[in-house]
Amino acid sequence: MFKNIIAALCLSALASLAIADTLYITLEKDNALAVVDGESGTLLKTAPLGQRPRGIALSKDETQLYVAASDDDTIQIIDVATLKVVGDLPSGEDPETFRLHKNGKYIYVSNEDDDIVTVIDVDSKQAIKEIAVGVEPEGIAVSDDGKWVVNTSETTNMVHWIDPVSNTIKANTLVDPRPRAAAFSTNSQTLYVTSEIAGSLSKLNVASTKVESKLHFKIQGVDKELIQPVGVLVHPNDKLLFVALGPANRVAVVNMETFEVEKYLLVGQRVWNLAFSPDLKRLYTTNGVSNDISIIDVDDLKVTKSVRVGHYPWGIVVKK
Amino acid sequence: MRKNIKIRWLGLFLCSLTLVLPMQVQAEVVNVKVAFLVEQTPTPPALSNLDPVLTDVGIQGATLGIKDNNTTGQFTGHHYDLKHVDVPVGEDVASAFKQLVDEGYEYLITSVQASTLEKLTPLATANNALLFNVAVAEGSQRNEQCGANTFHIAPSYEMRADALAQFMLKKRWNKWFLVKGTDAEDDFFAAALKRSAKRFGLKIVEEKKWTFDHDARRTAQADIPVFTQGEDYDVLVVADVKGLFGEYLAMNTWLPRPIAGTQGMVPRAWHRTHERWGAVQMQNRFYKQAGRWMNDIDYASWLAVRTIGEAVTRAKSVEPQKLKAFILSEEFSVAGFKGTKLTFRTWNNQLRQPVLLATARSIVSVMPHKEFLHPRTYLDTLGYDKPESNCHL
Repeated sequence: MFKNIIAALCLSALASLAIADTLYITLEKDNALAVVDGESGTLLKTAPLGQRPRGIALSKDETQLYVAASDDDTIQIIDVATLKVVGDLPSGEDPETFRLHKNGKYIYVSNEDDDIVTVIDVDSKQAIKEIAVGVEPEGIAVSDDGKWVVNTSETTNMVHWIDPVSNTIKANTLVDPRPRAAAFSTNSQTLYVTSEIAGSLSKLNVASTKVESKLHFKIQGVDKELIQPVGVLVHPNDKLLFVALGPANRVAVVNMETFEVEKYLLVGQRVWNLAFSPDLKRLYTTNGVSNDISIIDVDDLKVTKSVRVGHYPWGIVVKK
Repeated sequence: MRKNIKIRWLGLFLCSLTLVLPMQVQAEVVNVKVAFLVEQTPTPPALSNLDPVLTDVGIQGATLGIKDNNTTGQFTGHHYDLKHVDVPVGEDVASAFKQLVDEGYEYLITSVQASTLEKLTPLATANNALLFNVAVAEGSQRNEQCGANTFHIAPSYEMRADALAQFMLKKRWNKWFLVKGTDAEDDFFAAALKRSAKRFGLKIVEEKKWTFDHDARRTAQADIPVFTQGEDYDVLVVADVKGLFGEYLAMNTWLPRPIAGTQGMVPRAWHRTHERWGAVQMQNRFYKQAGRWMNDIDYASWLAVRTIGEAVTRAKSVEPQKLKAFILSEEFSVAGFKGTKLTFRTWNNQLRQPVLLATARSIVSVMPHKEFLHPRTYLDTLGYDKPESNCHL
């Protein structure tokens, strides 16, 4: 009996100690960074950033944040502890989306106006390569095994497969109009690409670089023109993936095995980017037009909360 | 020793890799020749000295489109060339068109007057060439005068007028005072406005023609208050395509009323303040190239080149008949920074597209609104719908 009580007490103590997480969200119109406590869903703080901040990532050791300040043509380095800007990276013009390679050493940035992807060495803070890609490069994704970096070009409508060893393009795949975001499956065998204008999600076989199948989203009562898939995020279990549907104000939950939609979750307006909490219990979405984030319970697949964060929340990154 | 061999083999392997990889570049490059034909028109008298006269309208848009296509082309093995032909005022545009066809141009973008397009349309059909109209908005070119090989990238006057009417209906600006100029284009747009008013149940309570031929700059304050007296109305709708007097209506009307049409709030294919759906990138790219902002004809010209590019890339062909079939098929769509895919109406080859309602320095709205329902697509609430069409292809 006594033992049981102890166990129960321990359990409840553990539960309240569930891993706390902090969200860092770029506010495109406020030129600021919102800091939110993920568990309680409260806005803790807002810190100033450069102009039109969009893409955001954590350094490998999680002590620094990288933020693309698009209108300042730079990637700012922010100290996580103080939230002060401590440096810059030469991103090239108008950086929007970027990803850190798994090695923590290289950042791949799409420069929309110049049709290039810039590769930055984080340690030396030098741009080491400019890779010519299609018109209006947008999404960047890095495979978990580190073997591929892909970039999507919105007007050329292609996926460009970049070999991160030589930093050259090895293959190009034509996909549906206005490809936005890309994400690899955790096993690095499949690539998912959203096409904003076509309203579709393409599934590409990494080995062959070919499109295997396509999924068109349909929501009852929502105009098909409003269904514009943007951000895509794969659950590390490789069973579910989540697609932000922009002005359709919904996140689609896709079963990766059947490649069918399991559920549409109603979130804030113009849902854009997605991130998980470290314990994978919660999914966060940035909602550009309603100026908030939605918090989704991943186990129940239910939206539990929305938190006002500032004007045009865009990028999001989560830290333990 | 064994290790040594392994390393040598690895070295060889790497060498062969570096040799093979550059050869992955497309072996054969297919050329696509695009012509851009401009009919010069007499410069209308300047309303003010505010805006510089542009001599590169359209061609800048087409040039940017070619650049975009060639960026894609380096991955697909296509190369696009653009030939720009300017026909001086009074010279024969049809013979310039024929000459381009004789030189092997199968894709021709034209920025000409309505009466000229009427002559070029049968030439395109007869010569198996595809014509892309980027300037003419007049309705009959999409109806009685339509042609199987003529694609209209520019929105028609009817699409623009419908966009205005839908907005007014929502605002309950039900009573219109219509003022039109004396130009033929003014008549076309005024007719479109009347059609739209009827279509959406709005009423033109007063209609007047502006016939003053003196310089309105000096006398607007005296003339316009008198001219705009009459029935009470909600909005003054103006049809002054060349902009000879319309700018002076604002603030000078007898009653304090908003102005829309060719001045005031204007239905447009493109506007410099449009920035949604990635349009900022387009605005920046264009400005960087041209040193000025993109206008409607530049946008249509860019879209025409992109239409050709998309069709070539996806249909994997450069034959006009194959591309035409593809452009009119369900599979085709082109992205134009308007938040929805753009496709063609199969009954008159008109590009479906949202219309922007813009004032000088802001976008008021993007039409159509979703409340205007249509069984096919909400975009078909603008302009001639299938049952209304007199185009028999």
